[in-house]
Amino acid sequence: MLNEMNSPKANRLAGGDVAVIGVGMTKFGELWNKSLRDIFVEAAMKAIENSGVDHIDSMYVGTMSGGLFVGQEHVGAVMADYLGSVPIPATRVESACASGGAAFRSAFFEVASGYSEIVLAGGVEKMTDGADVTDALATAADQEYEVYHGITFPGLYAMMARAHMHQYKTTREQLAHVAVKNHKNGSLNPNAQFRSQATLEQVMNSTMVADPLRLLDCSPVSDGGAAVILCSLEYAKKLKRPFVKVKASAQASGTIALHSRESLTSLDCVSVAAKKAFKQSNIKPYDINFAEVHDCFTIAEIIVTEDLGFFEKGKGGISVEQGLTSLNGKIPINTSGGLKAKGHPVGATGIAQIIECYEQLTGNAGERQIKNAKLGLAQNMGGSGASCTIHILEAI
Amino acid sequence: MISPKYHREIPQRYRLEAGKCKQCGTISFPPRLICPKCKSKNFETVQLSREGKILTFTIIRVGPDKFSKETPYVVAIIELNDGARLTAQVTDCDVNKVEIGTKVKLVFRKIQDEGKWGLHCYGYKAILI
Repeated sequence: MLNEMNSPKANRLAGGDVAVIGVGMTKFGELWNKSLRDIFVEAAMKAIENSGVDHIDSMYVGTMSGGLFVGQEHVGAVMADYLGSVPIPATRVESACASGGAAFRSAFFEVASGYSEIVLAGGVEKMTDGADVTDALATAADQEYEVYHGITFPGLYAMMARAHMHQYKTTREQLAHVAVKNHKNGSLNPNAQFRSQATLEQVMNSTMVADPLRLLDCSPVSDGGAAVILCSLEYAKKLKRPFVKVKASAQASGTIALHSRESLTSLDCVSVAAKKAFKQSNIKPYDINFAEVHDCFTIAEIIVTEDLGFFEKGKGGISVEQGLTSLNGKIPINTSGGLKAKGHPVGATGIAQIIECYEQLTGNAGERQIKNAKLGLAQNMGGSGASCTIHILEAI
Repeated sequence: MISPKYHREIPQRYRLEAGKCKQCGTISFPPRLICPKCKSKNFETVQLSREGKILTFTIIRVGPDKFSKETPYVVAIIELNDGARLTAQVTDCDVNKVEIGTKVKLVFRKIQDEGKWGLHCYGYKAILI
């Protein structure tokens, strides 16, 4: 059986040969005047300009469903064309909400292998053009054995929340604390969809969507694009601009249906990918200074911070309540505002997480800058935990 | 009239037909070609138990367009007496009476209408015992 973790080559490649040298993103939100391609090109142009490179050799575009949201597939080619980059290779990468993370990983491989010198990894989604968003997002679950019976994504995470509350005595208030914290962080991020703060009472009294999850437990419907430029570490040094090192790149899969998993309170794809990433980079969870995690729903942040090894299993809820994950806490989580407040244009999310790590590690995170940011982790997840990518980035 | 997509799933939706691995005994529902546990390719067809208990559940208050007229409705993950697990609606009950651990029985019900022609689609829902 293939085991990436034990491959000496994978360890060598993840050992620090690849750098992120430039980033760019659009504001996330309801971008009524911008099309799918406008959004991507704006983010990609900013990333290219920010990196100082004079060309790119190839590009990857993460998008969950150009087809269902705006009726456009073949998104790689569309974006290469409108970026004025024809004839370079351009490939669309899809892994539901982890499409951005998967696109970044593809670009990482291309640079690490030495096949290309400079590669763009981007992500984009246009969700507000009138499609039935609940229906489109549900295609990331098992169509015939989950969605057929009327389940929704808030519903799937609500079932995890209820099981977690039952098993570990996680409280409804602890879920709300995730939203309050992430809105507070988002209020400091100029690119966030929501700059407004939310109180515990507002979250606790917001409309019930799928018991026990309420509207303010859910990430919003968003438009947005994000892009980063990757190159070899050697090339990055020549550019004389701020860059960060990709210290680990890992990915794992889980069963497509939530009901097929042994545990309904853990996300095995997260713990497996985390183990791989920590082994590749030879560090421990407590070495990480901050993390961007996939808080599509408040319960997801609680479960993910446990499965990454930041907190003991069952202690994710109390940790957020005690402020351990706040900006000035022991391990700040989602300093960008997370999916909850920054917004969740599905395909762009994984790349935007990398961008927040880059900004923190290069000291450019403005009002939300944390102290001593040396190692950052980005965890991106597809569906109810059927796919997960994890990247660890290091300040130079 | 039924669609090919729907027709293929009838043995599972109407009769709860599953694949039981001849090597390790794991039950796959729906049936698979490879056992996820031991990788064996040898299965026998078995019918799932119709009774079980609720492992977790939610009450859908905001549904997809297709189910929007039915809210609020309960969707649960159910573990059947033979150990197999599935997702189904819990019906014919006060949505506030459902709890983790509640015993349920699977019954045959209409689930939804498919496509613009509104083809009736059936399957299993759970009721409280």
